[in-house]
Amino acid sequence: MVLSKPKQQAVSSFASELEIKGRSLWQDAARRFFKNRAALASLIILSCITLLVILGPLLSAYAFDEPDWASMHSAPDFAAGHYFGTDSLGRDLFVRTLMGGRISLMVGILGALVAVVIGTLYGAAAGFIGGRLDRVMMRTLEILYAFPFMFFVIMLVTFFGRNLWLIFIAIGAVSWLDMARIVRGQTLSLKSKEFIEAAHVCGVSQWKIITRHIVPNVLGIVVVYSTLLVPGMVLFESFLSFLGLGVQEPMTSWGALLDEGSKSMEVALWHLLFPAGFMVVTLFCFNFLGDGLRDALDPKDR
Amino acid sequence: MSDKKLLLEVDALKVHFKIKSDKSWPWSPALNLKAVDGVSIKLYEGETLGVVGESGCGKSTFARAIIGLVPATDGTVVWLGQDLTKLPARELREKRKEIQMIFQDPLASLNPRMTIGDIIAEPLQTFYPELGKVEVMDRVKAIMMKVGLLPNLINRYPHEFSGGQCQRIGIARALILEPKMIICDEPVSALDVSIQAQVVNLLKELQTEMGLSLVFIAHDLSVVKHISDRVLVMYLGNAVELGTRKAIYSNPLHPYTKALMSAVPIPDPELERSKTIQILEGDLPSPINPPSGCVFRTRCPIAGPECAKTRPGITGNDDHAVSCLKVAAV
Amino acid sequence: MSLLVVNDLRVEFKTPEGNVVAVNDLNFSLDAAETLGIVGESGSGKSQTAFALMGLLAKNGIITGSAKFEDKEILNLPVKELNRIRAEKISMIFQDPMTSLNPYMKVGTQLMEVLLLHKGMSKADAYAASVRMLDAVKIPEARKRMDMYPHEFSGGMRQRVMIAMALLCNPKLLIADEPTTALDVTVQAQIMTLLNELKRDFNTAIIMITHDLGVIAGLCDKVLVMYAGRTMEYGKVNDIFYRPSHPYTEGLLKAIPRLDTEGEVLATIPGNPPNLLRLPKGCPFQERCHRVSDICRTTAPELTGFHDGRLRACHWDWEEIEQGREA
Repeated sequence: MVLSKPKQQAVSSFASELEIKGRSLWQDAARRFFKNRAALASLIILSCITLLVILGPLLSAYAFDEPDWASMHSAPDFAAGHYFGTDSLGRDLFVRTLMGGRISLMVGILGALVAVVIGTLYGAAAGFIGGRLDRVMMRTLEILYAFPFMFFVIMLVTFFGRNLWLIFIAIGAVSWLDMARIVRGQTLSLKSKEFIEAAHVCGVSQWKIITRHIVPNVLGIVVVYSTLLVPGMVLFESFLSFLGLGVQEPMTSWGALLDEGSKSMEVALWHLLFPAGFMVVTLFCFNFLGDGLRDALDPKDR
Repeated sequence: MSDKKLLLEVDALKVHFKIKSDKSWPWSPALNLKAVDGVSIKLYEGETLGVVGESGCGKSTFARAIIGLVPATDGTVVWLGQDLTKLPARELREKRKEIQMIFQDPLASLNPRMTIGDIIAEPLQTFYPELGKVEVMDRVKAIMMKVGLLPNLINRYPHEFSGGQCQRIGIARALILEPKMIICDEPVSALDVSIQAQVVNLLKELQTEMGLSLVFIAHDLSVVKHISDRVLVMYLGNAVELGTRKAIYSNPLHPYTKALMSAVPIPDPELERSKTIQILEGDLPSPINPPSGCVFRTRCPIAGPECAKTRPGITGNDDHAVSCLKVAAV
Repeated sequence: MSLLVVNDLRVEFKTPEGNVVAVNDLNFSLDAAETLGIVGESGSGKSQTAFALMGLLAKNGIITGSAKFEDKEILNLPVKELNRIRAEKISMIFQDPMTSLNPYMKVGTQLMEVLLLHKGMSKADAYAASVRMLDAVKIPEARKRMDMYPHEFSGGMRQRVMIAMALLCNPKLLIADEPTTALDVTVQAQIMTLLNELKRDFNTAIIMITHDLGVIAGLCDKVLVMYAGRTMEYGKVNDIFYRPSHPYTEGLLKAIPRLDTEGEVLATIPGNPPNLLRLPKGCPFQERCHRVSDICRTTAPELTGFHDGRLRACHWDWEEIEQGREA
């Protein structure tokens, strides 16, 4: 097959730009993200905190639930190995803060994951299928919004006692609602785009359209929103713990530590400051991370 | 024309949408938006039918109803003997191998998260999943060369291309299944003039080479003239004039067609300044409440009292037909 | 004395990917009641020219050069002084009539706002003047329309309202940035007829920015052809259309499908629109030019004058083009 002259010219003019690998939108976004200093710093700090939380307790001589009879409620003492001091029962606060961090971060991240998965599927299904199913699903969502969640949590705790998994259920039950709404909105706006029509015309099945065309284009917003969900989760968990509805003793979380620390605030300030400091830094970092991701993935540029 | 094979016959196609009026209670009856109100066409093998009209005439909806993206309210779409409007979804999907479409916004018609190789390969993989990866890549590269794209761009993403190149990718995707007919929904409207010419020429070449039939929808009369064998002029969901290119352009009969032609600016100062334009007064009526009788009568320079009472049928023959009470096809 | 004299206008944008020169050494002049058409495709810099003149550029844009309106420099003016020129001396209408009007304000309020701000008229006077203007742009039932919102108007009517708003203070110059691109062809014809009439009645100079050569042919006295931010050609409308002196103009005229001619194949300009971030050395049009030669690849052609006021930027010899035409 012979190429006509204009095509030959088009082909030869491209010869100067011979490049095999393309530059995907994700790569573009990564490049923009890494230029954002606040977001990059937040990412580094969060990684450090995560490492610390996982490995820290192994480095300390003390366990999180063993009282040190020699130093009860003592101030931070490097020589003795109590870097953050001890609490009123003599337990090392450094280890407890880090163990608490494990719980809080786990709750935050896993909770966000659950919210993302349920919310995305629910929202994408409602948005894509549309019609009566969409209306029913959205009205259900609105009814759930009106549900008094603290009442629900107190009920659960009353019936089943204080259990880590209950916390997950309670938090998961609250947080997927917003995600569903956001994903549904994004799906609706995508549905009318021409490349979805083109997929229909090419005979692609409904399921493949959702997984190959809709979900990848929704992921941007989902990723951003989920990093902003995590702080909310952590705060909610600490709220529950503060009220005494959270994790069971001797296991602790940042919220429980804050509860204890606030009670002895006048005599042992370190008890409050260290967990609070960790929590504040973590929440700030997640927020900056979310902001940075949103700027990096901003669809306005494309 | 009559010895060519008849591929597509659309008869009195209607597409009506029910929409809610915003000033009503939930239980009040919905309004009826008549996007397409009884349009019939015939398309023969190897031919291009140009569909011309302004915004709101229903040409895009018409195209989408033919291909099944939008459900038809009434009428038939007979493709190679089968009525597409009555087919179940699974059989309609099979027809996608024979009827394809290219869209108006070149960039928006491509999934921004897929490489163009994947985009072009998708129809092939959907209908022939048994094909090996290498075979698929070979076919994709062959089609890319055919539409004037360098095969080594296969891993690039849509946003790295210009508008004209994106449209070529869309054409490649439409061609890879070797369809018999392609519906082109304003494929060059969003492109620069110098690129428009490239894409129009490409479509014509491919048509001759692959024996394609095209339904070319546009609002630009001059582009339609260069690519079509037959032309349909639409206004507010109705067909007002239909015929061969020669008949329509050298002897437009319907007052709307005449106004449309005189309104197109000619890039020639002497001709442009000396021509008389037939200005259409007023605005396009709403398709929710179209005028009674002939829908064009509210803006027609030769409308009479009977135009409000009777809806004009189509008079004429295959070469030139018009829908007007005042004007008869010769 | 010319109404507007633009010398070496240059608009540069700082972007994360590099510096983009959107407008590169633009030169033209406009007399009172004259119409200049600026023609170009995407990336030509025609809209940025208009924005630079009106002080509407994005914050990362840098303007250099000079534009003298009635002998006063108007580039890079502080906002206060610019506001005295806007609407009263120079007015602008934009491309998309759907988004150019404030959807939350009644049309009448938006019209009157211009007069109250710039002319210090009383409300009653402003109302009367606005109604007169709506009549002048042929909007039926003007009084009733004053109380309506933009979404109740069609595209063509909204554009007329925009034109009315632009002409309220009787400016000497009207800049129209692709005013009919988003409109149907019959509506475009209405607007062009209207502009021709208003030109006569109000004696306004117009800068018409468009990519449609047909619109230029019907409306303009002088034409400026732009490509990749540079002037390719500048001259009287008949000269540009009947005796184009630049390969780009030639290519454009041949590539446009016309109603009045027959032709199976459209002549094309090969290649793609320019990428302003990676312009080639020398003439920006070299990759697509059918008359390209070696010098085009190394040196950008200067804008040179010839034949009473015409300007062109091309290395190809003018005499040869003329002879080629006569042959």
